[in-house]
Amino acid sequence: MRRVPDTATRIKIALDGKSIATSDAEFVINPYEEYALEQGVQLKEKYGGEVIVLTLGPEKSTSVILKALALGADRAIHLKSENFPDDPSAVARAIATELKTVEFDVLLFGKKGVDDDSQQVGPMVAELLGIPCVTQIVKLDISAGKAVAHREVEGGVIVVEATLPAAFTAEKDLTVPRYASLRELVAARKKPILVKEPQQFPGILETISVQYPPPRPPGRVLGKGVEAVPMLVKVLHEEAKVI
Amino acid sequence: MQGPILVFAESSGSEFRKSAFEAVTEARRLADLSKTEVHALSIGHKIRDQASSLGKFGADKVSVAEDEMLKLFQPDFYRQIALDLAKRINPSVILLPATSTGKDLAPRLAIYLNTVVATECTELEISDDDLIATRPAYAGKVLLKVKMRGNPKIATLRPNVFTAKERVPAISPSVESLSFEKPATKMTVKEFVTHGAKKQDLTEAGVIVSGGRGMGGPENYKILEELASVMGGVVGASRASVDAGWRPHSDQVGQTGRTVSPTLYIACGISGAIQHRVGMINSKVIVAINKDPEAPIFGFADYGIVGDVFEVVPALTQEMRKYYGKN
Ligand SMILES: Cc1cc2nc3c(=O)[nH]c(=O)nc-3n(C[C@H](O)[C@H](O)[C@H](O)COP(=O)(O)OP(=O)(O)OC[C@H]3O[C@@H](n4cnc5c(N)ncnc54)[C@H](O)[C@@H]3O)c2cc1C
Ligand SMILES: Nc1ncnc2c1ncn2[C@@H]1O[C@H](COP(=O)(O)O)[C@@H](O)[C@H]1O
Repeated sequence: MRRVPDTATRIKIALDGKSIATSDAEFVINPYEEYALEQGVQLKEKYGGEVIVLTLGPEKSTSVILKALALGADRAIHLKSENFPDDPSAVARAIATELKTVEFDVLLFGKKGVDDDSQQVGPMVAELLGIPCVTQIVKLDISAGKAVAHREVEGGVIVVEATLPAAFTAEKDLTVPRYASLRELVAARKKPILVKEPQQFPGILETISVQYPPPRPPGRVLGKGVEAVPMLVKVLHEEAKVI
Repeated sequence: MQGPILVFAESSGSEFRKSAFEAVTEARRLADLSKTEVHALSIGHKIRDQASSLGKFGADKVSVAEDEMLKLFQPDFYRQIALDLAKRINPSVILLPATSTGKDLAPRLAIYLNTVVATECTELEISDDDLIATRPAYAGKVLLKVKMRGNPKIATLRPNVFTAKERVPAISPSVESLSFEKPATKMTVKEFVTHGAKKQDLTEAGVIVSGGRGMGGPENYKILEELASVMGGVVGASRASVDAGWRPHSDQVGQTGRTVSPTLYIACGISGAIQHRVGMINSKVIVAINKDPEAPIFGFADYGIVGDVFEVVPALTQEMRKYYGKN
C-alpha cells in the first residue's frame, strides 16, 4: 500500500525543479489499494486468515497505515525510510526482500500509484518472488489453492487461472471499498505495526526535471443551445481542422 | 548507446495495433539519430503474413513468434520470448506500446534485465548519447523528464501521442521465425470475453463523445452513441456515471479510468472535475456541452455550448450527418 497525495491536491514543483513539494499536500491511501484492501478483507471474511498491510514510506505513513487497519487489516509492516529512492524497481526489490520472510496466499497491489503513475511495482515483486501475477483485475475468485481472475484489457476481459500463492493488481471496479467507523478507527490504534528498515537498493531512474504541462490556449463559448451548433461544426472544420 | 532498438509490435488477432506502428515509427526516428537498427518483435497467432508491413514504418528486422498458445497475452510466454531475443541482440532501448499488454510485460522484462521502465512516455529524445523520456506523473499535473542508468532503457509509449508515419520507400525487413517452447507456468489464460462489438478502445480512438451525470440515466447514452457513430468515434463516461452503474468502468475517463488523447473530445453533461480533467486534457480539441455556464469544464474546453444535452446533442448529430454527407 502506497501513501499518495490526495487526487484533488494541486501539485507544486519544488524549488530544485526536479521534485514535487509535498509539504502542504493531504495524503491518503493510494485509491487502487482501497480496492485491493477491500478484496483482502472480503477474502478473510469468507475464508479466515489474516490481512497484513505493507507500506514502504516515511514516518508520516503511520496515518494511512492506521486507516488501513481501521478498514479491516489485522496488522501492518512499515518499512520506514525517509528518503528511499523514487524508483519503482528499488521499491519492488525492497518489498520482495521483505516478503521472502512473510507467508501468504494472495498478494494484492493497486494497479498503479496515482502519484508516480508508474504501474510496475506489482509485476516486478511477483517476478522477484517467482509467483504468478495477474494485472488490472476487476474480479477475483479463490478456491482450493487456485485463483480465477478477470483482467481488464482493451475491449474486454481476459479470464486467467493462477495457482496460489499469486499476486494481483487491482483495477477500480474490483470491489466497493467500505468506510471505517469511528469505533474501528479507535480500535486500529491497538493493532500491531511492525516497523523495520527496508533493504536499500540503488535507484536506476533519475528525474532530471519536472515541469507543468504547457497551458491550453483559452477556449471560447460559441453560444447557447441549438443555435450554436452550426457554428461548432464550422469551427471544428475550418479553425481547429479536426473534422 | 550501443545496440539496436527493440520494439514490441503488439498485435490483436491477425492485425498489428495502431500503437505498434506508432512505436516502430518512433524507434526508427531514434535509430536514425543514434545510427542503429530497428528490430521489431511480433508475438501472436496468424500474424506472420503481416510481419513485413512493419518495414513501412521503419523496421529493419522482424522476429516473429507464432503459436496458437500466443493468441492471447500470457505474461510468462511473452516474457520468455522477449527476454530470449533481448539477450541475443543486446538492445540499447526497448519500446512497447503503453497498452494493457505493454504495461504488464515491460516491468517483468525490466526485472530480468536489471533495469526499470519509463511508463507512458509522451516524448523521447536522445541527448549526449542518452535517452531522455518525458512522462506525465500525478495524472498529468506535471511532466517529468527522466533518464535511466545502464542498458537497456525500457519505455512504454502512450497510444495516440506518437504519430505512425509510413516511409517512402518502405524498408523490406528481414523476417525470422522464433521457435516457441512453452515455459513452466502457474498461469493459464482461459478466454477473452469481449465487452461487445466496439470497434476501437478509448485510448486509441480519434473521436470520443463522453457523457456524465448530466445524461440523467443509462438509456440516454443512445444519443451519444449516435453522434459517435456518425463521427466514427466511441463513447466515454465520467466517473459519476460509471459509479451510478450507467456505463461500464472500461468507459471511464480520468484519474482512476482511462487516460485518453483523441483528436476530438466532446464532453456532454460533465462538470470537469480535476480527476476527470487529467484523463482527457491531452485531447487535441475539447468541446463542452453543459447547461451550467459556470461549469469548470468551460475553463479548459476549446469550444463550448451552453445548453441542454438533450437538445444540443441531437442537433449536433444532425449537423454532423450533413457535414459528413457532403465531405
Ligand atoms: C480518488 C478519486 C478518483 C476519481 N477519478 C475519477 C475519474 O477517473 N474520472 C472522473 O470522471 N471522475 C473521477 N472522480 C470523480 C470526480 O471528482 C467527479 O465527481 C466526477 O468527475 C463528476 O462527474 P460528472 O461531471 O459526470 O458529474 P457532475 O459533477 O455531477 O456534473 C454533471 C454536469 O452535468 C451538467 N448537466 C446536468 N444536466 C444537464 C443537461 N440536461 N444538459 C447539459 N448539462 C447538464 C451539470 O451542469 C454538471 O456540470 C474521482 C474522484 C476521486 C476522489
Ligand atoms: N512505497 C510502496 N509501499 C508499498 N506498496 C507500494 C509502494 N509503491 C508502490 N506500491 C504498490 O505497487 C503498486 C504499483 O505502484 P507503482 O508501480 O508505483 O505505480 C501500488 O498500487 C502499490 O500497491
